[in-house]
Amino acid sequence: MIEFINDTLANGVGVIRPIGRLNMVSAPHLGANIEALINGGTVRLVVDLAGTDFIDSSGLGALITGLKKSRQAGGDLRLANPTPQITAVLEMTNLNRVLQPVASVEEAY
Amino acid sequence: MNLRLFAIRMVVLSTAILGVNYILWRWMDSLNWEAWWIAVPLVMAETYSLLDSLLFGLTMWKFRERDKPAPPPDGLTVDVFITTYNEPLYLVMTTARAAKQIDYPHKTWILDDGNRPELRRMAAAEGIGWITRSEDWANRPRHAKAGNLNNALLSTDGEFMLILDADQIPDPRILHHTLGYFNDPRMALVQTPQVFTNVPPHDPLGSQAPLFYGPIQQGKDGWNAAFFCGSNAIIRREALMQLGVMRYVSEVELSLNKALKTAGKVVAKARRELGPGQERLAAALTTVAVDLQGVKRELREGQGIADVTYRFQRRVDALARELVAHDFAALNAELSSIEGLARTVHTDGSLAVVDNAALDRFSQRDWSPLGAIETVRVLIDSVNAEKDGEAQALMPIATISVTEDMATCMRLHALGWQSAYHHEKLADGLAPEDLDSMLTQRLRWAQGTAQVMFRENPLLQKGLSPTQRIMYLGTMWTYLSGFAAVIYLASPVIFLTLGILPVQALSSEFFVRLLPFLIVNQLLFHVVGRGIKTWRGQQYSLAMFPTWIKSVTSAFGNVFLGRDLDFRVTPKTLQKRTTLPWHLIKPQLIAMAVLVLAVLVGIVRMLAGEADTVGTLVNCLWVAFDLLILSVVIEAVRYPGYEAWLAGNSKKAGSERPAGHKKKEVRP
Repeated sequence: MIEFINDTLANGVGVIRPIGRLNMVSAPHLGANIEALINGGTVRLVVDLAGTDFIDSSGLGALITGLKKSRQAGGDLRLANPTPQITAVLEMTNLNRVLQPVASVEEAY
Repeated sequence: MNLRLFAIRMVVLSTAILGVNYILWRWMDSLNWEAWWIAVPLVMAETYSLLDSLLFGLTMWKFRERDKPAPPPDGLTVDVFITTYNEPLYLVMTTARAAKQIDYPHKTWILDDGNRPELRRMAAAEGIGWITRSEDWANRPRHAKAGNLNNALLSTDGEFMLILDADQIPDPRILHHTLGYFNDPRMALVQTPQVFTNVPPHDPLGSQAPLFYGPIQQGKDGWNAAFFCGSNAIIRREALMQLGVMRYVSEVELSLNKALKTAGKVVAKARRELGPGQERLAAALTTVAVDLQGVKRELREGQGIADVTYRFQRRVDALARELVAHDFAALNAELSSIEGLARTVHTDGSLAVVDNAALDRFSQRDWSPLGAIETVRVLIDSVNAEKDGEAQALMPIATISVTEDMATCMRLHALGWQSAYHHEKLADGLAPEDLDSMLTQRLRWAQGTAQVMFRENPLLQKGLSPTQRIMYLGTMWTYLSGFAAVIYLASPVIFLTLGILPVQALSSEFFVRLLPFLIVNQLLFHVVGRGIKTWRGQQYSLAMFPTWIKSVTSAFGNVFLGRDLDFRVTPKTLQKRTTLPWHLIKPQLIAMAVLVLAVLVGIVRMLAGEADTVGTLVNCLWVAFDLLILSVVIEAVRYPGYEAWLAGNSKKAGSERPAGHKKKEVRP
């Protein structure tokens, strides 16, 4: 089962930490989380993937949708701390050409 | 290899050898060059038909009858989607109720593109899900059925989805019989046949496609190219989502590269068109152009598109804000200089309107002076990663064509996924019941196929195997038959009226080379069809030549000239009418009249000794064949619809409705 831990950094950046598997079942929850943050006025977001064991294409899709929504609200969405499996999936789908993860949440902005 | 496949291959080989033998002789040794204007078009039409036959032969070479798949494991999650736009509610609900009764555990959803509150209530009352477009779609391209499915994809979460048109009533066993194919982790899609229950046995509108939902799909399946046909298919979500993610990346890259390539020109043109007194805006445009050079460099260095474009957009925002602030300051100064306006000036000296909020608002993309120039706005928007012009960044179901199914399937195959054709009727469908609706539907299919051919030519797509390319090309190729048909109709007319023969002589050599080919070609249909009625299909493939021609020309105009396709949704219920719609088949009626007249002229010429007897007789036979083919449209015009046909039939026979035909309520 997936769990999301959200917090906000001092500079106003919202951090989402999906813990567990980010797949077709949990992707809609990630989307809802991102949307709630944006609606609450937090538009600069980082998804911290350190605790995310697995991601599938639906998970990637939710990240892309989150990127679109945050940008439309004048913010941005970035990735941090990918595990090797996530890096591999990002490369396989070429998504790393658009979204390049950074090594830590602090480096994201 | 079993005996049947061996027989099929032998006939395919014979067809190919005899066909190539004939066409080579035609090109090299038989053309009447004095009448090249008909001789060359005719031999080209014949070459077209031979290639069509060879493509069919290649399809049949790998004819594959699959064994029943293993039973599916328990616990898969499945969404059943029923797509609807404007079909009557009782029709949608009939299908939805049947979908709910499917044995394998699943969720049923009505995808209501008509956003009908009443349908929503009816669905809710029976515990059926109802989905309509999210607000993201407002003021953005809707992409018809593809958009409807893409919208639903992002609000559901099943591992698999069964897609049903509103008039395809599923068999309760449909999932149990097909999910087993997905035990193969590379399997993306399983298509089952589309069979229609509201069609008489003589099928006057050519609705059933037994050759396609049979040997052709089974042959394509052998080459791992079984087609997705929009309904009655089960798809793996992961495959579609992967496709969506990869398409998103390539489309972002594509529009970005295009923007960067044309940026210099766009900015230069925009600058030239600026009036006097806009020097600051001109300077800002130059800054954008120079900035884009930096963007290009950063991308070359391998920086992520999202980061690079984000920083670019921020710089453009700052630039726009600077411009707006300057304009406001100038406005301020002007207003302050006018006496009597002083009272609206705040104590700090600024005008009420020029607060920060207003400054922000005027700097935003849609109001900014940079965005005022359309071409520049498009340019700046393209240097982004959010696909602002589309409702969703992810569009897994292809939106490049009005028939989303073929394009989506081709893209899945190009990514290395597999598809299967399951040859068992697992849904009862409704076909259009009048000629107008039927013609609309066929035109749409043909246009969609031509759009894919023009936009994503299978010969140029990376990732497809050579035979997969040919399988897709083969389907597109058949829709070019309209042009060949015109030549086949014109040739005998030209001989009978003018005495001009496109071949040098109707020698015995001509018949010796042609007839064996024609015979084995028909034999091929018999061997693969095994009792399937293929004559209707053969008739319509020639008789609908005006539709096929229109499909290719309109799709060409749409793809390359940006014209409208004039697209209508197929009406699923019988259209009311008072008189027979003869106007729909005007081109065919004219062709038939011309053919008959030509025969009369030809016979007169022959009797007067002006025309060769053998030539006249052969051409009269040819005309007779053409008329036999074309006559199908007359039957089609007169067809009153299934209910009326049933009523008429039972009156004639003085009995009840014929057995074996389920009655389906079609009209309210």
